[in-house]
Amino acid sequence: MTETADQLSCQELVELVTDYLDDALPPAERVRFDAHIAGCDGCTGYLEQIRVTIAFTGRLAPEQLAPEAEAALLEAFRDWKRRP
Amino acid sequence: MEHALGLEEMRLVEALRNRDEQAFAQLIRMYQAALLRVALMYVSSRAIAEDVVQESWVAVLNGIDRFEGRSSLKTWIFRIVANRAKTRGQREARSRPFSSFEPEPSVDPDRFVDGQWAAPPESWPEERLLDAEALRVIGDAIEGLPPSQRAVITLRDVQGWSAEEVRNALELSETNERVLLHRARVKVRAALEEYLMEDV
Repeated sequence: MTETADQLSCQELVELVTDYLDDALPPAERVRFDAHIAGCDGCTGYLEQIRVTIAFTGRLAPEQLAPEAEAALLEAFRDWKRRP
Repeated sequence: MEHALGLEEMRLVEALRNRDEQAFAQLIRMYQAALLRVALMYVSSRAIAEDVVQESWVAVLNGIDRFEGRSSLKTWIFRIVANRAKTRGQREARSRPFSSFEPEPSVDPDRFVDGQWAAPPESWPEERLLDAEALRVIGDAIEGLPPSQRAVITLRDVQGWSAEEVRNALELSETNERVLLHRARVKVRAALEEYLMEDV
């Protein structure tokens, strides 16, 4: 798309996607963001890929607690419990 | 009192006050991995981080009878770890402040010419995305991030916390939280792209 003074460039837009997704852009900035996205396949694709990345990151199982680590922490709990 | 606590957290607090080991076991399974990542924002090794987190759990237990519920239990636990890790990091004169906040482009500048895409992102092959290997790539990418970015993306995108919860637990400004999350997501997306677009 052609760039004018009040339009975002693609390079500027990609730096704003996290603010955009957190709904943290000032209203005027959000309008510029939406206007750019509406006419730009590259940025539409990029935003979609960030969304997909977030969704798949959410599928990661939180790291399992190693049995030795769990045993050590439960031992600390029992020490605490025994204290008067 | 305890207005910041949900029902489940109230139950856990009550159970801990009654010295209930099951409640403690539940908490460490939920939070230990994320707490280690938070501690690693400030201290230099995994062993020290484990140490700090274990001491913090004891501090949680010692403080539970006096815990007033002005913050959620979760926020309170993460703050104890963050504060102790900070102190420990300073004591070792190795405190590592948050990785730089100076504005640097997070997406490879070579992909743009005059601000426009030179190499627009290509669409991803869905069948490879659904492969278990893609999840491993994401996990490895997160593991390789600088500590502050790793902690923030773990809480936001793996554990599903809100921006506000992360800011409160880590005492980050709104801007810093978002910058760290943004950089982390951009890198994870790039790792995923590299994996998905490589020739099979």
